[in-house]
Amino acid sequence: MIEVRGVQKSFGSQEVLKDVNLEIQKGEAVVVIGRSGGGKSVLLKHLIGLFPPDKGQILVEGQDLACMDERALLEVRKRFGMLFQMAALFDSLNVFENVGFVLRRRGNHTEGEIQKLVAEALEMVELPGIESKKPSELSGGMRKRVGLARAIVYRPEIILYDEPTTGLDPVASDRIDKLIRRVWKNLNVTSIAVTHDMKSARTISNRCLMLHEGRIYATGPTEEMLSSKDPVIYNFVNGISLTQVDPH
Amino acid sequence: MNPMVQRLSNFFTELGDLATLVLEILRSLRHQRPSWRDFIYQLHFIGVKSQSVVITTGAATGMVLCAQTYFQFHKVKMDTATGAVVSVGMSSELGPVLAALMLTARVGAAVAAELGTMKVTEQIDALRTLGTHPVDHLVMPRMLACVASAPLLTGEAILLGIGASYMIGVNLLGIDGAYYFANMNRYTIPADVFSGLIKATVFGGIIALVSCYKGLTCRGGAEGVGRATTEAVVASSISILVVNFFMTLFLTRLFK
Repeated sequence: MIEVRGVQKSFGSQEVLKDVNLEIQKGEAVVVIGRSGGGKSVLLKHLIGLFPPDKGQILVEGQDLACMDERALLEVRKRFGMLFQMAALFDSLNVFENVGFVLRRRGNHTEGEIQKLVAEALEMVELPGIESKKPSELSGGMRKRVGLARAIVYRPEIILYDEPTTGLDPVASDRIDKLIRRVWKNLNVTSIAVTHDMKSARTISNRCLMLHEGRIYATGPTEEMLSSKDPVIYNFVNGISLTQVDPH
Repeated sequence: MNPMVQRLSNFFTELGDLATLVLEILRSLRHQRPSWRDFIYQLHFIGVKSQSVVITTGAATGMVLCAQTYFQFHKVKMDTATGAVVSVGMSSELGPVLAALMLTARVGAAVAAELGTMKVTEQIDALRTLGTHPVDHLVMPRMLACVASAPLLTGEAILLGIGASYMIGVNLLGIDGAYYFANMNRYTIPADVFSGLIKATVFGGIIALVSCYKGLTCRGGAEGVGRATTEAVVASSISILVVNFFMTLFLTRLFK
């Protein structure tokens, strides 16, 4: 369904993605792990065409995103939903207008249908009845759940999550993880997340990819990957740095 | 790279990006139906809410111009020509330029700051993931509202400027009202007003284009938003002054 072939990306002199190759099948729940600043979010944004690769191909159902202009990409993106790291809610709109944004733009739903679909999406993320609130009135966890409602309201086939639990307390993180799992199962979507939260990775994915030094270093079932004895994976999963501590 | 060459390269890159934005706006105009809801909202923000500042500027300029002209003309006993000078000056030059500069300060800064904040908080990326082109949703309503509002606001500034100058000239400086009005009518031709309104329309487009461009290309958090806002105001103001000079030459010949 999604295939990444030989993707390279640099920002100025910094080479972020060196040669990324991966494949994701329909219905999979995949998590990409790796160090902060290692290019996970950049890779995720390539999958939806927010960044063009310097080299290589991003194939979604055989269509190469690298060869498309912005207007052609808009059509492909209708198959995607995305939850951003800080939710990226439109702060001039209230929750109802945020969640119903796409439905209104597409113009093929009546106002009554939009209200019903928005209420259903908010129910699914366990936030019923907050339609009139502004994003500034919501906590970090609530903003992410509203962001998730906005991403699922139009029933996309693929949902991308950019560090869904970053900045949340453990309980709020667990809630988001379970919602992501529930969305994957109930809506039968392909789920792709990037995270460095190992607990989250275990809950939300079946397959894990590790991005290391601009390349996919390893891939496999999540449990196997997270219990790997490979030194790079082991050190990352268990949070072991190579920095020496001065005994004095 | 040599810093001078680097600067030139950046300048031409920005010009290229601006041209691309103009093309994208034309594509959007051709293929997309503008959202009336967004257009009305922007018309209210850009047009209705800018009235007080533009009217004040127009009136203040008319009064000062009237007083200064009178002080000079009085020496050669040409007091009643004051109205004509104010009227022609306000209609063809001061009205459109000052209204556009005030609009740049109020609207250009707000647009660049709003879009810049949306850019750095990933709201524009979110818009793109939701299958919406930022030019369709953000630039078009602002562009249309600016182009529609600028000539109307300029018209208000001109009228208020002339009205205020009449009040000052006749009631405070003692110019004969009938001669003041007659000379104003005699020397102000429709071409003066038309050229002022045409300029205002172009300036409205410049304000929207530059401010949206600076906002959409903003980088680097709060500092980046501040920089984008400053650059939007400076670039719009300078563009307005430069374009005004060439439009004056062009329109004067056109209406000759």
